[in-house]
Amino acid sequence: MKLKIIIFFLLIVILFTGFINHLKINQPVYLKLIIPKNWPRPSKNIFAKNPLTEEGFQLGRKLFYDGRLSKDGSIACASCHQQFAAFTSFDHDLSHGINNSFTTRNAPGLFNLAWMPALHWDGGINHIEVQPLAPITAPNEMGESLAHVLIKINADTAYKRLFKNAFGDAAINSQRFLKALAQFTGSIQSYNSRYDKVKRGEAIFTISEQYGYNFFKANCNSCHTEPLFTDNTYRNNGFTLHPTLLDMGRMKITGNPLDSLKFKVPSLRNVVLTAPYMHDGRLYTLTQVIEHYRNKISNTQPTIDSILKNKIAISNQEKADLLSFLFTLTDEEMIHNKRYSDPGNAANILQQHQHK
Amino acid sequence: MKRLLKFIVPLLLFYFNIADCQVKGTRQSPVKYGSVSIIFNNKVGDLPLILNDRVYLNPWGEQYTLTKFKYYISGIRLLNAQKKWVVKKAYFLINQSIDSSLKVTIMLPENEYDSLAFLLGVDSSRNTNGAQADALDPLNDMFWTWQSGYIMQKMEGTSPQSEIVNNKIEYHLGGFSGANSVLQNRLFTFPSNKKLIVKRGRNSSILVTADLNKFWVGKVNIKINDTPVCSAPGLLAKQMAVNFSKLFTIEDIVNNQ
Repeated sequence: MKLKIIIFFLLIVILFTGFINHLKINQPVYLKLIIPKNWPRPSKNIFAKNPLTEEGFQLGRKLFYDGRLSKDGSIACASCHQQFAAFTSFDHDLSHGINNSFTTRNAPGLFNLAWMPALHWDGGINHIEVQPLAPITAPNEMGESLAHVLIKINADTAYKRLFKNAFGDAAINSQRFLKALAQFTGSIQSYNSRYDKVKRGEAIFTISEQYGYNFFKANCNSCHTEPLFTDNTYRNNGFTLHPTLLDMGRMKITGNPLDSLKFKVPSLRNVVLTAPYMHDGRLYTLTQVIEHYRNKISNTQPTIDSILKNKIAISNQEKADLLSFLFTLTDEEMIHNKRYSDPGNAANILQQHQHK
Repeated sequence: MKRLLKFIVPLLLFYFNIADCQVKGTRQSPVKYGSVSIIFNNKVGDLPLILNDRVYLNPWGEQYTLTKFKYYISGIRLLNAQKKWVVKKAYFLINQSIDSSLKVTIMLPENEYDSLAFLLGVDSSRNTNGAQADALDPLNDMFWTWQSGYIMQKMEGTSPQSEIVNNKIEYHLGGFSGANSVLQNRLFTFPSNKKLIVKRGRNSSILVTADLNKFWVGKVNIKINDTPVCSAPGLLAKQMAVNFSKLFTIEDIVNNQ
């Protein structure tokens, strides 16, 4: 009888451990990328080998706002990709790197990245996960080595906990670090502008906006294609070679002279917030941009886009209407979305000297 | 009640424990495996390659010293007696600075094999699918940050004949797609009297020599004085990659140690 009781309790214990095992507590909360109605499928499934979870997203968010990713602690991803400016550098043609350096290109807005087959103005980056390697290691951006970044975050117990939550154990390695960042940046989405609401029947355009939209569809939509407002191609839109930056654009990647001075067509979502404009930020206002397409295109370059050879005829009225339409592309919900904002470790930047 | 428990407990036990532990997928294969080591012996003619202080002469009479020499090997495959290729989907970074990296060990089914093939470099799918780990970890300093993609071969050093800063020589051969691809497939057929024999519990070795003297001539003649650097995908990298692929020969096969 005694033996039976022992066996019985033994069975209970085994049963209980099996039960716990079965529940698999600490299971991550899986998230899904939102694919708005009438949008195309993302150009590649960036989360196929990087399952999107709340824990991974939150880890990526903390990393995005962490100055320790730079050599002297002064520059976080968010330093040049500011939420209130649709994740561009507000009012900067070029952004600041460490040691009073400047980047060589205008910081692009970060949103809807899952719909971008390649990143950077020249399309040199073929996957969102490997993008952070470029700014982290560039001497005129964060100026740091990947190995040293990992040493710094490894020394922080808060990160160990976050890595464990996101990936099941506390190991911090480059792959997890890059995947977590991709979970955050790849989740920043813009689909709630006034334009989107009009499209969904939740709002209506003013007369001027409607005229501007009509003009846009007839004259701009072939490159800045709805609903992403880019066709993700590389084009020469009639700017001369910068005399000191000497940026050849896409040709740097392909080595093909036919790609000389071609740059990725940027999305026009949030365009009012993303000034200055063009790959080197040489135009400060949208009025100047429209003026460029109407009068100033340098159309004798051999690689000039065929659509722009004859410039675009835009009357003053059309210009005003187009501007009012472009204002409807601002996504207030995205720039105020608390999930995208600094999770509150700004102190990291102040504590930089501890980690040097 | 007791009876009921007697019935339910084992049932639950089965459900929660056994069901969770069940082996999913295929059954254990009856195939027996043995190990094969591919040993890379990087040399300069008859001299061993020693980094950092040994001075070598290239066929153009130029002196050089190397500080780094590393390259990727992937898609190792061996042709068995039934004329079927056995493919190992794995990536190896051969790094002259790390002794253990010079020996690549794989498991193969028991058989006789008479050819070895591998890819020099990393196939395009691993170049375009995001952050990788292990041999492909970007921490290995073989991944271009400004233009996503793996460097297939990295050779760095100095030469008095180099007229650039610090007399550097630097050959980073990379580019994985289309016209710019530097990837090189090499196939070696073993001499007819030298089959590779794989037996369970035994280790056989293939000794591969890479002779750096062959790097400087071939598809493109590389004179340090003219071409001390190659650091971007393109025609030069492609041509140099062809030279590089010719470095390799099978030196010996040692069975069943």
